[in-house]
Amino acid sequence: MALSKQQIAQRIARELNDGWYVNLGIGIPTLVANYIPEGVNVTLQSENGLLGMGPFPTEDKVDADLINAGKQTVTMLPGSVLFNSSDSFAMIRGGHMDLTVLGAMEIDQNGDIANWKIPGKMVKGMGGAMDLVAGTENIIVAMTHANKHGKSKLLKQCSLPLTGRACIKRVVTDLAYLTIENGSFVLRELAPGVSVEEVKSLTNGDLVVADDVCEMTF
Amino acid sequence: MSKRVYTNAQDALAGIEDNMTLMLGGFGLCGIPENCIRELVRLKVKGLTCISNNAGVDDFGIGLMLQQQQVVKMISSYVGENAEFERQMLSGELEVELLPQGTLAEKCRAGGAGIPSFFTATGYGTEVAEGKETREIDGRMYVLEPSLTADFAYVKAWKGDKYGNLIFKGTARNFNPVMAMAGKITIAEVEELVEPGELDPNFIHTPGIFVQRIFEGVDYEKRIEQRTITQ
Repeated sequence: MALSKQQIAQRIARELNDGWYVNLGIGIPTLVANYIPEGVNVTLQSENGLLGMGPFPTEDKVDADLINAGKQTVTMLPGSVLFNSSDSFAMIRGGHMDLTVLGAMEIDQNGDIANWKIPGKMVKGMGGAMDLVAGTENIIVAMTHANKHGKSKLLKQCSLPLTGRACIKRVVTDLAYLTIENGSFVLRELAPGVSVEEVKSLTNGDLVVADDVCEMTF
Repeated sequence: MSKRVYTNAQDALAGIEDNMTLMLGGFGLCGIPENCIRELVRLKVKGLTCISNNAGVDDFGIGLMLQQQQVVKMISSYVGENAEFERQMLSGELEVELLPQGTLAEKCRAGGAGIPSFFTATGYGTEVAEGKETREIDGRMYVLEPSLTADFAYVKAWKGDKYGNLIFKGTARNFNPVMAMAGKITIAEVEELVEPGELDPNFIHTPGIFVQRIFEGVDYEKRIEQRTITQ
C-alpha cells in the first residue's frame, strides 16, 4: 500500500543524524519534525531568521513576532538563535545546512527539480527554494510519485520551469525511496506491498532496480 | 547629533514622491512598518516600485497600497495570500519581479555595503538567470545579480534610541536590517523610542549610521497570518 504523508515523513526522518542543522519545507517536509528518532538531536532552521525552532505555542504563548517560514506561530527552544534574512541565507547558500527536505511538482533523472511555477497559473514565487537547492549538498525530496491526474512526477526531463539544476540525489515518494545516480533513478526501497512493476509504471524517467532493493518497515 | 527624531509617521515620511522606489521590511506580516504603510496609504503616492519579501494580504500591509493601485512594480520572493495582487498581476496593471529569497536579501545587503553586484549559484539554469551574465568559477556556474538600493527604506524595530540604533524582536528582524542598510533615506519606526545610552551597545542589531529618521510608532496591530497552537 502507498505510504501516507506521515509515513513519507517517518521514512525521511530515519536519514537524520545527530547534531544536524536541517531546513524543512512546507507540507510533508514539515511533518518530518514529528518523527525525529530518539537520541537524535537536530536543530531546525526557519529561513525567516530562526535556528532552533520549537513546536507551535500554547494559546498563552502566541507571539506575533515569532513565526516560521510558513507564517505559522512557533516557539523557541533553549539554545535558539535569531538573525536577519541575509545571515539566514548565508547559512543556506554558504553550504552550512546539513539537510534540506522539500516538496516538488517534478524531478528528473538528471537531478533537476521544478516546484515553484506552473505557466498560465498564478505564480506565488519561489521563496527560499532556489537558495536551498543551490546551497545544500544533501537534499531529500518528499512528494507523491504521481500527480493528481495519475501522471508520473519522476521524469526524464522536467517540463515545468526549474527551481534548480542537477541538485537532487534522493527522493521519498508514497511508493518508494529512490536515488538519482548517473542519469537515472535507482529504486532502493519499496513501500510495503508496492511492487517493482507498480513503481516502474509510474516512473517516466529511466529506472534501475537496485540489486538489494527491499521493503520499508514501519 | 544629526539624527532626525520625528514625532510621527506623517512628519517622518516627508519627501516621498510618486514613482519612487521603496523598500519595506517584514516577512509576511511579521515585522512590517505598519505606521509607515498607513501613512503611504493616506498620502496616496502612486507609481511606486516596492521591494519587499511579500506583498501583504488583501486588507493589511502592502495589500492596503495595492487596493489603491499605488504600486506599479513589486520585487518579492513570495506573493501568495493576496487576491487583489493576483488580479492586478494577471491583468498586467502590476509588474512583478520574483527573486529567490536569499538573492533578494543579499541584493539589499550588497546595495547597502557598496557592492554593485555579486555572483551566486542560486537560480543558475532557471528563468531567474535569463538575461543575466553567468560565469564559471572553480568548476561551478554562477549568476551575476545586481544589488538593490531604494529612495526610501521603511523598517520596523522593537526598540530604538535617538541615534537610530535598533534592536529587533523575534523573527520580526528578517529583512529589516539589510533594508535599513540599502535605503538612501532609511526611516525606522519603533515600538519604544529611548534615550541614547539606554540600549546596551552589545545587543544592538542595526547601528544608527544606517538610519536617517526615527519615530515611535502607535497602534501596532501585529496581525497573525497562521495562528497555529499546541493544545
